[in-house]
Amino acid sequence: MIEALSYPFFQNALLAGLLASVATGVIGSFVVVKRISSLSGGLSHAAFGGVGLGYLIGISPMLGALGFGLLAALIISAVYLHRQGSLDSLISMVWSVGMALGVVFIAMTPGYVPDLSSYLFGNILFVPRQFLLYALLVDLLVCLCVFLLFNRLELVCFDEEFANVVGVRAGLIFTALLLLIALVVVTLIRVVGVILTIALLTTPAVIARQWSDDLGRMMALAVGISGFCVVGGLFLSYWLAAAHAWNIPTGPLIILIATLVFGVSAIVHKRCHTS
Amino acid sequence: MHQPNPIETTQLSVVLRNQPVLTDVSLTVKEGDFIGIIGPNGAGKSVLLKTILGLIPPTSGQVRVFGLPPAAARGLVGYVPQFANFDVQFPITVERVVLAACLARGRASKWQFRYSAHDRDVARQSLARVGMLDFAERQIGKLSGGQVQRVLIARALTIQPRLLLLDEPTASLDTPIGGTIYELLKELSPTMSIVLISHDIGVLSRHVKTIACLNIRLHYHHSKELTTEMVETAYGCPVDLIAHGHAHRVLENHGEGE
Repeated sequence: MIEALSYPFFQNALLAGLLASVATGVIGSFVVVKRISSLSGGLSHAAFGGVGLGYLIGISPMLGALGFGLLAALIISAVYLHRQGSLDSLISMVWSVGMALGVVFIAMTPGYVPDLSSYLFGNILFVPRQFLLYALLVDLLVCLCVFLLFNRLELVCFDEEFANVVGVRAGLIFTALLLLIALVVVTLIRVVGVILTIALLTTPAVIARQWSDDLGRMMALAVGISGFCVVGGLFLSYWLAAAHAWNIPTGPLIILIATLVFGVSAIVHKRCHTS
Repeated sequence: MHQPNPIETTQLSVVLRNQPVLTDVSLTVKEGDFIGIIGPNGAGKSVLLKTILGLIPPTSGQVRVFGLPPAAARGLVGYVPQFANFDVQFPITVERVVLAACLARGRASKWQFRYSAHDRDVARQSLARVGMLDFAERQIGKLSGGQVQRVLIARALTIQPRLLLLDEPTASLDTPIGGTIYELLKELSPTMSIVLISHDIGVLSRHVKTIACLNIRLHYHHSKELTTEMVETAYGCPVDLIAHGHAHRVLENHGEGE
């Protein structure tokens, strides 16, 4: 197992996974406490439209995903803030329109048809080097914003009405949060793919919530748990391939490990609090 | 130039979902006033407070808070909602709930990212005033409904507002605690103007300086005396207002037993 660490591609994947975990734990905690996981799912599926557009017009699919993700974040926050129509149905629309556009754009792309499953389920074992730079930048931006805005983000997530009463610009803070979520979601498309993004964003934070009554501590814990699941998934998929010649994608394994950790944590937590 | 009044509404009307909720409400609250507003369910009491806070826009008429539009007066006004409209599962301690009031406009500098030692002092003093200091480290969901209500009052006090609006602040408190909250408000009333909504006419009348009746329209004579006529117009039917051994007489003599 340890010999895996000597392969550059594995080192890359490990580093990418750990970098992604930092932003995931921090932002995932906000997603969980503000109860906007379906909204985050909408953003990741919207980003898939950008992947397709990237192929069609010949730019980097990840750049397209970033553009679509940020645009969807702005649309959703505008509707959320003006309470026009139902947010729930808007999210479903953004969610499926993103997927539809992605498929249409890719079908229109002449010549080589790329393998979609690496975007749908992630492909962390073969991340390009520049992805590490992107993940690092996202981490720095997320940590800086959350460090500076922590009290305001906490208040807006906790009690938006009171934030407005005291003159904190709740709308602006919420929009900033959605943009950060979009950034993180695009990182996660590389790690676990469009479809599994919500699970990696929320499961570690939900586990962390069981063990902390404080948002700051919850974030730190979520970063650790997310890192554990990603590393665990990487080693598991390496081991399955090396020992059994089973080629199982890493993304789904990461999610299954996270779910297992959640189950164990829930049982232990219940034991601790009933005895 | 004289100081602008804390609240000045002129012919304020609010229509929500095609239903008139407030009609032609002209209310003046002066510096140092302590007003209780009573009225039946659906009389628009909460909507009136939310309009003054700028959370609900008026359909017609005007609201001025310290001479400013409500959105510009934020940071001067404290608010205690009727219900905690947040998720009690949120991972936040009582102390941090109250500290959030330190983000109020005019109190916090835009570039202050951490709560200061002074902020903590103010928050802890407010918690002490409502008797909740011992619970400062508790997660907000691990309190009873009445305790949450007291935390909400402490949070509003931490703004150090010049005007305090309270929506049924004692609805979920038992009588002795409710009593201390009224004592606290009385103690605060020289330093800030207070508007209090309640359906409990008896308790209200013992503590506030003046009483208004609201039922879509406002009936207010800047006095503490409630005429049976005021109450009956507000409630739309004769109301049994026999005082149960209260120290003050709230009602005018209405010829009972003649």
